[in-house]
Amino acid sequence: MNVLNHIDAFFSDSAHWQGYDGIPTRVVEHIEYTLLALGIAAAVGLPIGLLTGHTGRGGNTLALVATAARALPSFGLMVLMFVLLGLGMAPVMIPLVVLAVPPILVTTYEAMRSVDPAPVDAARGMGMAEAGVLFRVELPVALPLILSGLRSAAIQIVSTATIAAYVSFGGIGRYIIDGLYQQNYEKVVGGATLVAGMALATLAVFWAIARLTVSPGVRRSS
Amino acid sequence: MARAGSDGQTRRAFGVLIRIDSVTKRYPDGTVAVDRLSLEIPDRSITVLVGPSGCGKTTTLRMINRMVEPSEGRILLDDVDIMQQPVNTLRRSMGYVIQNAGLFQHRTIVDNIATVPRMLGWGKDKARARARELMERVGLDASLAKRYPYQLSGGQQQRVGVARALAADPPVLLMDEPFSAVDPVVRKGLQDELLRIQDELDKTIVFVTHDIDEAVKLGTMVAVMRTGGRLAQFAPPAELLSHPADAFVEDFLGADRGIRRLSFFPSAGLELLTAPIVAVDATAEQIAARDTTDVPYLLVTDLDGKPLGWSEPRELTAGSIAVDQLLPYGRPFVAGTESLRAALDCAVLSPTGWAVAVDGEGRAAGVVSQQTIGEAIRGAHAERRADGTAEKAQKVAR
Repeated sequence: MNVLNHIDAFFSDSAHWQGYDGIPTRVVEHIEYTLLALGIAAAVGLPIGLLTGHTGRGGNTLALVATAARALPSFGLMVLMFVLLGLGMAPVMIPLVVLAVPPILVTTYEAMRSVDPAPVDAARGMGMAEAGVLFRVELPVALPLILSGLRSAAIQIVSTATIAAYVSFGGIGRYIIDGLYQQNYEKVVGGATLVAGMALATLAVFWAIARLTVSPGVRRSS
Repeated sequence: MARAGSDGQTRRAFGVLIRIDSVTKRYPDGTVAVDRLSLEIPDRSITVLVGPSGCGKTTTLRMINRMVEPSEGRILLDDVDIMQQPVNTLRRSMGYVIQNAGLFQHRTIVDNIATVPRMLGWGKDKARARARELMERVGLDASLAKRYPYQLSGGQQQRVGVARALAADPPVLLMDEPFSAVDPVVRKGLQDELLRIQDELDKTIVFVTHDIDEAVKLGTMVAVMRTGGRLAQFAPPAELLSHPADAFVEDFLGADRGIRRLSFFPSAGLELLTAPIVAVDATAEQIAARDTTDVPYLLVTDLDGKPLGWSEPRELTAGSIAVDQLLPYGRPFVAGTESLRAALDCAVLSPTGWAVAVDGEGRAAGVVSQQTIGEAIRGAHAERRADGTAEKAQKVAR
């Protein structure tokens, strides 16, 4: 098998494991881009999703914005931003954040809306403040769904962050883009394999986060 | 079970009286949920708001803890307007129980119950100790403390809901159709439990239901509301059953209100016949000596005096009474403590038409015919009319 040979060759070449173009360096860069983009997207999407979901207001506007954002091509957006803003991290981060905000925003909103209204009514009726209702009654129950939104956003970022290499940044995209340019398919396939591996690792990380943060009472009843 | 009465003055110092003063709730679209409602809810008793759907009973309840703000009128707690304190302080001073309990599924049972004490700033250990105490009070096994709500049955969840509402020992308890979603057997258990808890704790309870039987069973006072949020009648259940204010209330009470009213008449005055009772080891002479002119059947008891069943006198042969040949006696009633309704029910269910009365230990205390019960009912009605005490009638047995 050609592809398997490529993979084997790529990963067994000791030159690929060291230096500024080595796998550890590229993977760490890739993780940095992902975390930065996910962090910004969550900082935008989570509060808006939690608040609109809690109050039940603005759901339609939200769906509209999300659909529009999803229609933007990440690569085109990055090139456009690169032209407008010049070389820098912003042209890379903007398309990644635009990509990640809709799933976070929409699922967080939906998660909050799907919380059983009875405990919320009970909580208010016993004199819990609104912040308490949001964070101590709704959020713990909505958490599994919110995490699933963050997870799909993270996976999309992981696979799309390869475009950073087009504008001279690092990350795993380096292998794919350089490989294509150099017609070195071993590199292309190796890079693609790394991206796939990272997507799987992301799934594992979110599974672990859910285990740690979601109450057994919610996990088993939903 | 008498709660009104002479010590009302001393009790008032501890209980909370709720006065609803000409309250209207009008929604922006013009719908009037509650229309100039005035109601004085006595302290330390259960007041039931009952009526068909859309009568504003739940809205009325929710205005008391300001989950709904009145459009007009005032609500006073012990003469203090509820608008005068911060809304969450007000709510923390009132227990709140809703249909389906509304438990927090991510919290264990003990932490669900500890919610309000924790909000009031109690330490975790103190709040949990209090929660465990309440689990016992509402009849929940201590082994359920660390479970999650989904692991409990509907009835158990509702008990947790009641315990959670009682956790901070609030003087007022608001209950919004709390037992509507459970099956009739569980519901009866929860109702009995509520009455038992109320006997111990003496809260001011406002209870909303659409079930008139539940209202009559639980209420010290019952407010019947009609569609459009208006009060149709506010009276103790016995008076409601005997003197419905109008055709609406009469219709709402249902066709058998006469029978249900009998729950308010004691069975203590019934004349019980003891002559037809024979022990299973009775001799032929003893049986022959019984005066059975009025009673076509004899009631056979075991050696402890507990009823076994009915038999015709001539079928009884001394020393060899065939226990499995006896006619069943249905359900006995407890003489004195249970009501005429229970006595009549027993007589109707008994294949011989005679009701069996037992004492507190289940030993046969006598037998009584439908005819005698009928006379007692007529007598009780006459007595009530004569001294006009229908209003003060208290429940004999629930």
